[in-house]
Amino acid sequence: MTEIWQGFIKAIELIVSLDPEVMEIAGRSLGISMTSCLLASLVCIPLASLIYFHNFPGKRVLINIIQTFFSLPTVCVGLFVFVLFSRAGPLGGTNLLFTPTVMVLGQMILITPILLGLIISALSGVDKAILDTAISLGASGFQVAAVVLREVRYAVLAAIIMGFGRAISEVGIALMVGGNIRGFTRVITTAISLETSKGELELSLALGMILIFLALVVNVTLNRVQQR
Amino acid sequence: MSLIEVVDLHQKYGERDILKNINIRVDRGEAFAVIGPTGAGKTTLLRLIDLLGLPTSGRIYFDGIDVTELRRMKLEVRRRMAFVLQKPVVFNTSVYNNIAYGLKWRGVRESSIRKKVSNILEMVDLLAYRKSNARTLSGGEVQRVAIARAIVNEPEVLLLDEPTANLDPISTSKIEELVANIIHRYDTTIIMATHDMSQGQRLADRIGVLINGEILQTGVPRDVFSSPLNREVAEFVGVENIIDGVIVSSQDKVVTIDIGSGVIEAISDYAVGEEVCACVRPEDIILALSRVSSSARNSFFGEITQVVSLGPLSRIEINCGFRLVALVTKRSAEELNLTRTKKVCATFKATGVHIVRRGR
Repeated sequence: MTEIWQGFIKAIELIVSLDPEVMEIAGRSLGISMTSCLLASLVCIPLASLIYFHNFPGKRVLINIIQTFFSLPTVCVGLFVFVLFSRAGPLGGTNLLFTPTVMVLGQMILITPILLGLIISALSGVDKAILDTAISLGASGFQVAAVVLREVRYAVLAAIIMGFGRAISEVGIALMVGGNIRGFTRVITTAISLETSKGELELSLALGMILIFLALVVNVTLNRVQQR
Repeated sequence: MSLIEVVDLHQKYGERDILKNINIRVDRGEAFAVIGPTGAGKTTLLRLIDLLGLPTSGRIYFDGIDVTELRRMKLEVRRRMAFVLQKPVVFNTSVYNNIAYGLKWRGVRESSIRKKVSNILEMVDLLAYRKSNARTLSGGEVQRVAIARAIVNEPEVLLLDEPTANLDPISTSKIEELVANIIHRYDTTIIMATHDMSQGQRLADRIGVLINGEILQTGVPRDVFSSPLNREVAEFVGVENIIDGVIVSSQDKVVTIDIGSGVIEAISDYAVGEEVCACVRPEDIILALSRVSSSARNSFFGEITQVVSLGPLSRIEINCGFRLVALVTKRSAEELNLTRTKKVCATFKATGVHIVRRGR
């Protein structure tokens, strides 16, 4: 118990003193997860609208598959991306394995189903009369999608924040395709895993606290958004 | 040429016929009201005219062009119309933005949008609410936003679905005034659906009576209300006295109808032997305590079975061997002391009886 308490004190010291290594790891985590979240949003918002506003055979099945992938194991995505970018893989020639770029890609794959599913679900909740009103006021297909997305903007934002939360807290992909290289691909979750195995509990706890703090920021933001 | 023409329109949902053989022509600048009870198919008809759905069969012509299935032209045609839904919804933004959307979608310049929106807000008396979120408005105000949002685009055709349903009398009168103002100020063609027959009478140039998915009668309000074509229309337009009988004699268009418990005289072209319904509007019946000498050919003694007060009027139900309903002013009811079980004489003119053939 004393060991944990000392580790906790040390962790606070590391945070308060803005320890360069801790800050660098936290900064990288934020950078990679924010980038993956932004790119996934850019893909998912139009794609979810396309799926929602068009009727095609197998639409219901597709939405079911997307929802199933909400609980996609991170190690499965990590394995898939690893195989894709390993030397013998189809994208091995790009030499991107063990780089932040491939970590971003992995996290994008991980959170895409969450973003797609939640945005489609938000769009489904829009009163049908809103669509009819926009159409009857002379909106084109794109304009209808834009106005309906604007109606569910807070739900879309909440979906993005959820995706961000999932991306920053995952460890499987970061470890498998990032390689946990110090100063290059080491992020909070992989660092916690490594430091704990080395018995460096202070650093692990400090990183853990930062991760929880980031989760808190995410939750507070989410609550603020939903209260508007 | 009519601006809107609907030809043999048929709409089915599953096995159910929602609309059957609808044929309507609405001229430019005309105010046409589709009246009918709830569930008659009025909303479906308006949605099809606004190209919000595809009919099972039939054609819709806009300005002479068949637009029923032309996908590419739909947006262009729809932008020449505006539809105010029965339960209008507002976008989750300011009143100003709600009204400006249609103009923005048409690529109108910002300066012009500002001017047009301000003018419309003034017209609907909502200028003070321009920055308020439209979701915070009352039902009547939302309805005014919806109408303003539609007419700011200067549509050639304005479709109004039950524009005053669920509104209080003051809001209803404001909306009716607004619609009358639009009819007066703009050259907008209006197609309005309402279950309120008197509203149709007040606002429309012509009326179509839609019952069970069929247009049973079309004409100017006065004709529809005074000369319904059949029993269903007569019932809907408020003819409370519909008495079945058979024409037993006819001379110079004055026919005598045997109604079982007496005879009614009326003016009609129908031949002897024809099974008919005699329709008498309650307001055309005069009540007195004894027979009055007048030119009215129909007089029946009966006993009052019910008196209902309807504000300034009283609705009197009398058993004359058949049921007869009369509307008199409250003052007359008080002067004659019209109460239950009182004996009265109900009198109406032969010209006040409208005859329709039974089974039509």
